[in-house]
Amino acid sequence: MKLGQIMKLLDARAISDTVDEELEIQCACASDMMSDVLAFPKEHMILLTGLVNPQVMRTCDMLDIRAVVFTRGKLPSAEALRMANEEGISVLATENTQYIASGKLYAGGMDNGTKG
Amino acid sequence: MSILKEEFPVEAMDFVTAGEASAQIKRLLKKLGVDAGVIRRLSIACYEAEINLVIHSDGGKLVLEVDSNEVTLISEDVGPGIPDIDLAMTEGYSTASEDVRMMGFGAGMGLANMARNADRFDISSKVGEGTTIKMYFSL
Repeated sequence: MKLGQIMKLLDARAISDTVDEELEIQCACASDMMSDVLAFPKEHMILLTGLVNPQVMRTCDMLDIRAVVFTRGKLPSAEALRMANEEGISVLATENTQYIASGKLYAGGMDNGTKG
Repeated sequence: MSILKEEFPVEAMDFVTAGEASAQIKRLLKKLGVDAGVIRRLSIACYEAEINLVIHSDGGKLVLEVDSNEVTLISEDVGPGIPDIDLAMTEGYSTASEDVRMMGFGAGMGLANMARNADRFDISSKVGEGTTIKMYFSL
């Protein structure tokens, strides 16, 4: 699924300087615990989170995550956004809760990259 | 023969710079042309180690050593040490504070995740002195 389609499904807006709507996303992970994100890394993954600190972007950098959606109307901290812009990570924001956003992506055919 | 050896100091409880050493190490390995799969596994293990240094130790360092057939990553700290390593290696077990959890860490996955990503993993610890973790990645 392309990032542009995810934006439409979640009614999400662009927060970072650039958003690569053509970016191909194969699976999604929703978590506020970066420890858990680090434990289940997948390629071409998008991260849905309500955590707004710079460690979100550091985690993305380490795992080669190229796109993040902040849920429930949350916005990344200034430092987190600066890091995202520097690393070229596409940052989106949606008013949907983590649960609703996950449900919409799942219903739209997005995999979680694992069985079960 | 060692191609590169470099040390990266890590400060305790500094959440602003936490992860900078890991980011530097990742860039260094990319520059050296190390296999992308190895870089990915090492980056995860390295970041976990760095976060542990920040949240659990009184300060420490990461030491990266690259030779022609192996990358070695050592995490060394001065700190409280780990009384029961088997228990600390159990997924979900954590002694992290609520403040640390609010930062998105301390789920009790770190040590096990390091061991999972490294080809070989050694840990030794002395209570009241500190902890040393050695991780090896074959090239």
